[in-house]
Amino acid sequence: MSVRDLLSPFIAWKHLFREPVSIRDPFNREASERYRGFHQNDVEKCIGCGTCEAICQNGAIDMVIVEGVEGIKTRPGDSGLRPRIDYGRCCWCALCVDVCMTSSLTMSNAYKWVENDPDKFRYIPGVDKKEWDNVKQGYHRPDGHRLNAPERIEMPELEPAERIDSFVEIVGGYSVEQARLEADRCVTCGICVATCPTHMPIPEYISAVRDGDYERGLKLLYDSNPFSQICGKVCTRRCETTCAASHEGDPIAIRWLKRHITEQVPYEKYRDIIGGPLPATGKKIAIIGAGPAGMTAAFDLARKGHEVSVYEARSHAGGMTRYGIPEYRLPFETIQREIDLIVSMGVEMHYDTRVGTDIQMQQLQQDNDAVLLAIGLWLGRGTRIPGADHPHVYKAIDLLRRIRDGEQLEAPKSMVVIGGGNVAMDIARSVARLQKQQQGEINVTLTALEDKAHFLADPVEIKESIEEEINIIDSRGPQECVSDDQGKLVGLRSWKVLSIFDDQHRFAPTYDESDEQLHPGEWIVEAIGQMSDVSLLGDALTEKLEWDRGRLQVDDDGHTSEPWLWAAGDCVKGPDIVSAVATGHSVATSIEAMFEQKEAQNA
Amino acid sequence: MADAEFGKADRSQYPHRRPDGSLDIDLTSGKYLKLWQGPNHPGITGNMSVELTVCGDEVVEGKTHVGYLHRGFEKLMERRTFIQCFPIVCRICVPEPDFNEYCYAAAVEELAGLEIPEKAKWIRALILEMGRINSYLMYLGGQAGAFGQGVIGQWTTYARDLMLDRFEELTGARIYHMFILPGGVRDDLPEGFDERMEQTLQEVERTLDDVYDTMFRNAVFKKRAVGLGYVDPALVDEYGITGPVARGAGVARDVRKDQPYLVYDQLDFEPVTGRESDVYARADVRRRDLLMSVDLIRQILSKMPHKGEVMATLPNVLHWKIPRGETYIRGECSRGEYGYYLVTDGSGYPRRVNVRGPSYTHAMALLEKLIVNVNISDVAGLMVSLHTYPPEIER
Ligand code: SF4
Ligand code: SF4
Repeated sequence: MSVRDLLSPFIAWKHLFREPVSIRDPFNREASERYRGFHQNDVEKCIGCGTCEAICQNGAIDMVIVEGVEGIKTRPGDSGLRPRIDYGRCCWCALCVDVCMTSSLTMSNAYKWVENDPDKFRYIPGVDKKEWDNVKQGYHRPDGHRLNAPERIEMPELEPAERIDSFVEIVGGYSVEQARLEADRCVTCGICVATCPTHMPIPEYISAVRDGDYERGLKLLYDSNPFSQICGKVCTRRCETTCAASHEGDPIAIRWLKRHITEQVPYEKYRDIIGGPLPATGKKIAIIGAGPAGMTAAFDLARKGHEVSVYEARSHAGGMTRYGIPEYRLPFETIQREIDLIVSMGVEMHYDTRVGTDIQMQQLQQDNDAVLLAIGLWLGRGTRIPGADHPHVYKAIDLLRRIRDGEQLEAPKSMVVIGGGNVAMDIARSVARLQKQQQGEINVTLTALEDKAHFLADPVEIKESIEEEINIIDSRGPQECVSDDQGKLVGLRSWKVLSIFDDQHRFAPTYDESDEQLHPGEWIVEAIGQMSDVSLLGDALTEKLEWDRGRLQVDDDGHTSEPWLWAAGDCVKGPDIVSAVATGHSVATSIEAMFEQKEAQNA
Repeated sequence: MADAEFGKADRSQYPHRRPDGSLDIDLTSGKYLKLWQGPNHPGITGNMSVELTVCGDEVVEGKTHVGYLHRGFEKLMERRTFIQCFPIVCRICVPEPDFNEYCYAAAVEELAGLEIPEKAKWIRALILEMGRINSYLMYLGGQAGAFGQGVIGQWTTYARDLMLDRFEELTGARIYHMFILPGGVRDDLPEGFDERMEQTLQEVERTLDDVYDTMFRNAVFKKRAVGLGYVDPALVDEYGITGPVARGAGVARDVRKDQPYLVYDQLDFEPVTGRESDVYARADVRRRDLLMSVDLIRQILSKMPHKGEVMATLPNVLHWKIPRGETYIRGECSRGEYGYYLVTDGSGYPRRVNVRGPSYTHAMALLEKLIVNVNISDVAGLMVSLHTYPPEIER
């Protein structure tokens, strides 16, 4: 100790002359740019997936219904819920912001909120108006900071060179490891379930993949979709279009995970896992058409113990899946396994039996308690342009059927396809394969009214078609199928499309006639849509039934205006396998309900 | 015990021990008084009690009691997913939360086999040093305050507030930063951070100059602190003493040097040590360590890579499962060795998390040893000199 130690502390006095430094005015001090303050939510962008609620370890978030409140409307892929935050619980960790699937949830840098009622500190950001709603500063998820893997696990596929000269299946299927990684990406929000026409329990079966419990997964699949093996390969997967992960990354490969489950369970075990039929009830149902809708209804009804007979005009079941989808997308074996399983529930099959010719509708009505029409869309629509009656102008659906039937078609040297949907891609790619096999050269041109961005086909189909050297020319309106002097078809003359619809959204294409092209083709294939062949009904029944613009009119359950007759599948819903499955289910439920009603009346 | 013995030279022999080792204290004799110090901030920031037995103004026994602040974090974590543990760990130590974030994240990363980007390591080290400065500033105020010098706390609070501003602009929060998470750190440094940090560092240095003159060169402080709470270097291993308490005793123990983590092997520094091992020596070690942190921050900011990611790619954290394993991650916090022992069992939740805060050993076993024969008025000063944060005792 020294004199210095006595004097030195007096240095403190110099602070007398300093400005006060530790007084901060909370009412005028702005928090930093990144400050984690009160939440904001862009409710237009938010899809109500509830992932924010799932991650909050404080239970500070409740998802509440806002549909209809404040003029908020639900759209497809939106649950109609929005997060409500309770600041009695929130710890401002911002994990909810980090995990938000749409980046709609952010934080402002506001931190002052004075209230004398403690229950008031709870609100729905973006819905309950707050003064910090439009504050720009505050925490937003930084670029590259992700708490969920945004990229899909790539599916092993054959390279274009390996696949172009064969009908071998392109997709290889995930390994267990790949499937688990993909399943891990799912946030289990369940928005997809509402979008799936048959409402498959998607998050649940994906979690079965995660757990490696494939038998549980298979049971979940077949409880909602007896075409699970087929849908696992070729479903239109509307679920994936609304997947929460698709907003800022790739949607979960829901279809491939379904496929993975069906591949992991040995086929011999399927029936035990799914469960057999209930004891016989003595009720009889006739189903016309062995496609997805008819066979789904057959599956449901047979498992209830009813006696189901299916009448199929062709020699194999599967409908459009068997005769309309090329083998490189859906091998015969997959279809056969599916059909065998359904038939094993006690369904009686009558192949090569055309109703209206081999057996009459009346007969079916008499012999059964209910009849279901599941006749699909087997008539191709034509363009009716000049020259379209040439024998080498085909309907895509007819050609596909012939290829699938095993007919040895001799491919043309060149071909033009009219249409931009999946069927157009299917026929283009099938004929390209035949050309490659037979001639070593591919010459297929595909034209459509739409521009490429608006093609109806699956983007994957378009991408793969281009890889397979299909020449896609968009925005072309077909004008004439041109033949030479000898009557040989030489190609399709087209004009450039300016617009497709008029102001009232009616189909009324306009063209730039100065931009004319001739697409060379020995064959021209029309793939612009299909319709039902309803001639089997006979005049009297056709007269009696109610119709809606050429389509049979049914109620929500697929019941026609005749009490004994139901209709399901493409012929009422338009072409889509999983929608057909959905209508198959609802028709089966409706028929079942009718039986119960009758029983109740008789008792 | 004869009254004649009272006041004799070797105070450590007083009070006597019975043959069974217990203290020979007859509470009914009227010579002793039971006195509770605590549980509200008894000389440390947080809640804990010392049950004092005093004879006159001299403590003859001090029993520590904890449990006033128990929130069960370790147990809570067993019911939370790996990402959900991230926001709660910081609460285990309020004044210097970042070590919890770092140790937890590093433990998860090790068991999950996750490699973090280089830049994230630098930012982590930066944050840990910023936190150390804050913790020491708070300590200095407390140490001086325990001996009646309120003004030091006012000055250091001012400097700490500036550092909190830097925390706020970097992490988005002042106290619970929640910035170091498994995989890296949340974000890069904001624009112009280096300059503002430099200003803050200069202000911290200026404040420390004043603190040095008024606290360390102060007859009163010296009179109270010199010779108080002597820790025999031989006790260091016996009691598991780490950090400035060990360094004050001349034992150069610093995890940053002994087992370098993050980027400490690329920084130039030597552990700060003292000799006298009393309250004054420990305070001075901390003061100098604080200045070393100022230097380390300057080194970090100048050596840090300018570009690069700050976050590794994580799997979907909602279903993040980590394979079976166990690890212990440690780091040098302002109070000594901070560590996380993490056991995983392949599920989505930690099987066991054990937090080793240095306060546990210092504030309980060591304090009970040092407190005997201390004057009542020095108890608070002694406790502060061990620099304990009760929340980390009761994880
Ligand atoms: S995670 Fe985002 S999109 Fe989903 S409900 Fe929460 S705020 Fe809305
Ligand atoms: S900031 Fe954290 S605690 Fe608050 S609502 Fe979001 S996740 Fe929950």
